[in-house]
Amino acid sequence: MLNPYLHLNEDIFTKSDLKPVRDGFGEALVELGKKNPKVVVLTADLKESTRCEEFAKEFPDRFFEVGVAEQNLAAIAAGLGVSQKIPFICSYAVFSPGKNWETIRTTIAYNNSNVKIAGHHAGIVTGADGATHQATEDLAIVRSLPNFTVFIPCDALEAKKITLESARIIGPVYLRFSREKTPLITSENTPFAPTKVQIFWTSSKPQVAIFATGHMLYYALLAAKNLEKEKIQTLVVNVSTIKPVDENMVTQIVKKCGAGVTVEDHQVIGGLGSTISEILAKNFPAPLEFIGLQNTFAQSGEAKELIKKYKMDETAIMEAAKKVIARKHH
Amino acid sequence: MENLTPEKVTQLKVKANQIRKLIIEMLEKAGSGHAAGSLGTADIFASFYFHILKHDPKNPDWEERDKLVLSNGHICPAQYAAMALSDYFPLEELWTLRKIGSRLQGHPHRTSLPGLETTSGPLGEGISQAIGMALSAKLDGKATQIYVIASDGEQEEGNTWEAVMFAGKNRLANFTLIIDRNNIQIDGQTEDVMPLEPLKDKYLSFNWNVIEADGNNIEEFVGVIEKALAEKNKPTVIIAKTIPGKGVSFMENDFRWHGKAPNKDEAERALIELKIIEKNYA
Repeated sequence: MLNPYLHLNEDIFTKSDLKPVRDGFGEALVELGKKNPKVVVLTADLKESTRCEEFAKEFPDRFFEVGVAEQNLAAIAAGLGVSQKIPFICSYAVFSPGKNWETIRTTIAYNNSNVKIAGHHAGIVTGADGATHQATEDLAIVRSLPNFTVFIPCDALEAKKITLESARIIGPVYLRFSREKTPLITSENTPFAPTKVQIFWTSSKPQVAIFATGHMLYYALLAAKNLEKEKIQTLVVNVSTIKPVDENMVTQIVKKCGAGVTVEDHQVIGGLGSTISEILAKNFPAPLEFIGLQNTFAQSGEAKELIKKYKMDETAIMEAAKKVIARKHH
Repeated sequence: MENLTPEKVTQLKVKANQIRKLIIEMLEKAGSGHAAGSLGTADIFASFYFHILKHDPKNPDWEERDKLVLSNGHICPAQYAAMALSDYFPLEELWTLRKIGSRLQGHPHRTSLPGLETTSGPLGEGISQAIGMALSAKLDGKATQIYVIASDGEQEEGNTWEAVMFAGKNRLANFTLIIDRNNIQIDGQTEDVMPLEPLKDKYLSFNWNVIEADGNNIEEFVGVIEKALAEKNKPTVIIAKTIPGKGVSFMENDFRWHGKAPNKDEAERALIELKIIEKNYA
């Protein structure tokens, strides 16, 4: 069942309210703009689709258009971030932190500048634009940078809370957002606990823990509900802070379940799956299965079609759960 | 900025020569590092740290300070020497350059050493960072002037021109770029590796104020900085012609000294030459 203590959206399995994750980011930027004069926003010719247009209208003096120049975007922000400003830089994740990664490494991470990087259009659900615009390696390249905090909100409401939180953190933060409308999983009242994982689906005797991140949490919950019908008990865990990750809680959860499945809209190399593996290898080796892009590029198509084709939907998650439970017994 | 008297010019020349001697000693002790560009820019660093900059070495985070951003981080020995001579840290610390536990990293790291405004080494990133600082000062209504020193080789980086376009568009006048035009880079002469000329015209076409100067002539260099500060409507670039390896005859204009440190014997010979120059100022 959905964790009753987290005030999650009870209607999620019947009529789901849809909203793009990135909208929560845009709303938070305007709120931050009003509250904090240090907040400035920069974009590389993607004002509308990265949802900083409203901020630009309300605070034109604190909005900077740098044109199609992602290295400049990152390094200007680095200069602002060491000069008492809190810059948010907005582009697609394939370009920032993709194209400008070394600039980010040197001028933001190593320089420890107070920059917030919003990587939009993450994952294959970016859809029709094709693999060039679907960021599926961004977590791998950002997670490995010292000084960074990495957040992946599961819906628009969590995106807003996470964006507000990122401005309170002193130091580099990466925020990962997906493009299309996805179900609202949480509610206004769901507590956001930065650096903590949260159990969204509980069972009395869970046989497997499903760790999911970003919009993929919805598919994980669908899988959990279907598995329940088949008398397979699960936990579904929202990992919205992938760095620093809640190592202790992840270990406790797997100790309780004995096996895990990781679910992410990202390559299975270097993202959530790797993060959980690293924790378990150190603290409690246990069987794991990995849902995500399997060392391949995706293609154009509708989000749902792609999720199905690349075996990341609820059916694939259910199969992975059964497989990993079976591995437990051998 | 104070008036530049003839006495002050001599003092600055002496400082520049001290910087050069320290560069030679530091590099020889470190066993690696970049000699040519460091020596070539000693007059520029002396002008900044002992005349141009509004700064307080005992309070490096002073909010009203001017900021000097080094984009081509590999010439940091010149900056470290100027900082030590300005009392940011003890002179002896220079001998820790590039060694384990040192605050003087092989390429500058802002959070390791108070007084450094940025972290640099990978080329083409300093102008953008300085622009960020200039925007911040402008938003806060501060009179801070942002200076950035860049190399000619790093004009080959795409990021440089992204930044040049942006500064031109936004008419950043609290921002001055100094290009160390010494015509060499690791693989040879810049005009052989990747021709940069006509460099002046390139900047003019991006709506910059362009001034050319002799970067080894302190009087002239300080004079053009004053001219740059008088421009209130657009960013200024000073294309400062320098001699790589300046002051050491066997290093001057030889690209092989771009990324090399002198050995013990070479260092001794270099120091003898620099001491002769110093005597001439006395």
